[in-house]
Amino acid sequence: MAFTPIGKKYHDFQVVRDKDACINCQVCVRQCSYGVHTFDENRKCVVHDNSKCIGCHRCEALCPTDALLIQEKASDFKANACWRPEFIKYIYKQAETGGVLLTGMGSPVNIPVYWDRLLLDASQVTNPSIDPLREPMELTTFIGAKPDALAFEQTPDGPKLATKIGPQLRLKSPIMFSAMSFGSINFNLHIAMARAATELGIFYNTGEGGLHPSLYKYGANTIVQVASGRFGVHRDYLNAGGGIEIKVGQGAKPGIGGHLPGEKINAKVSETRMVPLGSDAISPAPHHDIYSIEDLLQLIFALKEASQYRVPVGVKIAAVHNVAAIASGIVRAGADYVAIDGMRGGTGAAPGMIRDNVGIPIELALAAVDQRLRDEGIRGQASVIAAGGIRCSADVVKAIALGADAVYIGTAALLAVGCTLCARCYTGKCPWGIATNDPSLAKRQNPDKAAKQMANLIRAWSHEIEEMLGGMGLNSIESLRGNRDKLRAVGLSQTELDILGVRHAGA
Amino acid sequence: MKAPLRYYDYEKDISGCGIFGVIDKKRGLIKGDMPIAAMTCMHDRGNGLGGGFAAYGIYPELADLYAFHVMSSSQSALDRAEEMIKAHFEVHESQPMPTRKTLAIKNPPLMWRYFLSVKETRPRWKSLGEEDYVVATLMDINKTSGGAYVFSSGKNMGAFKGVGFPEDIAEFFRLDEYCAYIWTGHNRFPTNTPGWWGGAHPFTLLNWSIVHNGEISSYGINRRYLCMHDYECTLMTDTEVVAYLLDLLIRKHGLSRRMASWVFAPPFWDEIERMSEEDKKTFTALRMVYGPAMLNGPFAILVGDGKSLMGLNDRIKLRPLLVAESGDRVFMSSEESAVRDVCPELDKVWMPKAGEPVIVELEA
Repeated sequence: MAFTPIGKKYHDFQVVRDKDACINCQVCVRQCSYGVHTFDENRKCVVHDNSKCIGCHRCEALCPTDALLIQEKASDFKANACWRPEFIKYIYKQAETGGVLLTGMGSPVNIPVYWDRLLLDASQVTNPSIDPLREPMELTTFIGAKPDALAFEQTPDGPKLATKIGPQLRLKSPIMFSAMSFGSINFNLHIAMARAATELGIFYNTGEGGLHPSLYKYGANTIVQVASGRFGVHRDYLNAGGGIEIKVGQGAKPGIGGHLPGEKINAKVSETRMVPLGSDAISPAPHHDIYSIEDLLQLIFALKEASQYRVPVGVKIAAVHNVAAIASGIVRAGADYVAIDGMRGGTGAAPGMIRDNVGIPIELALAAVDQRLRDEGIRGQASVIAAGGIRCSADVVKAIALGADAVYIGTAALLAVGCTLCARCYTGKCPWGIATNDPSLAKRQNPDKAAKQMANLIRAWSHEIEEMLGGMGLNSIESLRGNRDKLRAVGLSQTELDILGVRHAGA
Repeated sequence: MKAPLRYYDYEKDISGCGIFGVIDKKRGLIKGDMPIAAMTCMHDRGNGLGGGFAAYGIYPELADLYAFHVMSSSQSALDRAEEMIKAHFEVHESQPMPTRKTLAIKNPPLMWRYFLSVKETRPRWKSLGEEDYVVATLMDINKTSGGAYVFSSGKNMGAFKGVGFPEDIAEFFRLDEYCAYIWTGHNRFPTNTPGWWGGAHPFTLLNWSIVHNGEISSYGINRRYLCMHDYECTLMTDTEVVAYLLDLLIRKHGLSRRMASWVFAPPFWDEIERMSEEDKKTFTALRMVYGPAMLNGPFAILVGDGKSLMGLNDRIKLRPLLVAESGDRVFMSSEESAVRDVCPELDKVWMPKAGEPVIVELEA
């Protein structure tokens, strides 16, 4: 055995510094929270330690003279289709530590991305495509339970609506910011999400970390989450938002709970979560008051009672094998919406084995759930929100065509403020100031700027969705929802086509 | 209902068209010659791959009976359909459809018509209301007979349609011999037709008849929404959904025709924003609940139901529709020329606004 750890030199990244361009200004030294760059007092120049680099590209992005390049380390193990480098490195790491491999963000594994195998339709000749710059194009979406039919009373002033419709979330665009708790990401980004959602007429989700009282003013565009740890859940919290979400599972880590390390619990997080300063905040794997579907029903109605039936109560689950039947049970238990989080969904921290091996892709889960709810005649009783791996507006359009009412985006929203998917969110040292509560790092996110970037992203996507809708000859999003006739698949098996309910291209 | 296996895997026909309708508000009978002449005037709006007519008031002596028009590609399928009809209905009269041999119509399917009432003791679907029972039976025949289709099922009305120009179809069905107080006609320009008679317009269900010019781009969701409400689309064309949606919204959900037309072509959200609080609530609810039933894409449709004729355009008017009045008669047509051809002197001619239905009720 060598005295240094086996894996010490088998690091992932390499810093390439252009010595001619480098002016030793030490921006990289100050920006890197992992201590890759240091100033060598003897040699009077900046030096680096490749083994500490996690590939976040912060130094590269901020280097004033463009002297830095971060690249994957070229050194390769002997080619082996079975023992790929990641498995070799995992073993070195675990042999050293005896611990569970931790990761962050969504799974990078090479399972099929069905969005890439689905293609959209457009009008030619037999119907005109519609130009959204000249004609109205409607994206307004309602999340909540709808009755099957409407009744009207005849009055002298014309027909009057006699059916009472339950509470809804009204969205100007079918995209929402997914649950990312205060604690897992810092307060600046919570302010940013709240402001962006308010400005856009959509919703953001608090995640399971509670809601700081200073954000209550954005309540009309907030979904407050109730998760297994019940952090920050109290009467005012439940009544602060426009919707309540029970989090049962998360796509990145189905079947397991959460763990916010004590180091991340500063005074503000402590106050918001209602946990002692510096203590670990552990969300159990199940809700200990939900061991079965009938328990879920009780919690749904407990929350409806607590909020006086003013807001919709939804349930978020991870996409697992039996997702269609589970979703059906959730709808019958009284949920106003079901959010389904696919296996590529992001996380602040998850064991890598779970993230990369548990759950199913959102496309298949979504298609199965939508069809199941229709087969049972209960699709109208609840909305369906798709989450986990939505990368662009075309993914949104495809998700809606498969049957989603709206989508949640988490990773994409963080990318909008600079995240580079280095996947080390669990360290609390995020150099981009996102997944960290360290004040010196967190201040790298300016809430005004972040809110603007997030809002820009949704606006850009909404424009693109309008273009695609218009191209298909539709001028309203409800005519796309569940309209799988607008999708064709390439290179999929008959089984996949049957599950997606989509014909093959050319057919 | 549970969607049938591979329900997503279907052929859908796309077509452009010409449509014509006329109603006599006092139930005055109009000879078939008139709608035939009007459709002939719009000959160029079709390509000979589909034409048809619906006529109301044509079976006055048998007005209380369901008139089933059945087409079949084979005698065996027709036999199976007849067996099913006999099992579910009392047959009061049955005969081959009166047709005339014409040069233009080649290889027509077998055509038969039945005048029926529902059996006292039903073999199945005992708990359904009478009309639902009729619908369930005819859907079952269309699905399981292996080639026979009930393409008309109302009372004192009938649909006549097939592959050919409308004037040829009229000649074939001897429509010049019928008189009706409402007529609708259709000339079809399909682009990918499987060339079959069932795909021609009008589409009917019970007393509903629809002729349609346009393409329903929302068809994929309309079809799945209907499947959820137990209507299975079997006719491989988008217009079919309009017939079933009308049946669902008006007959089953009790919406008015005006309300149903708002479901098909709802006001835009920015219009709803400007409405009174009460209307805002109504229209928001209508769009929320019936969004999957909205007809998106270009269309002009004429809907007959024995008591009225309704014309409706999509909400940005991507297909022509003209309305004209002359005395007790109201005409609706793709082109003014067709109306002028059969009635040169008109009291009033106008183009209805996008999404605004024109509903003409019988006064007698």
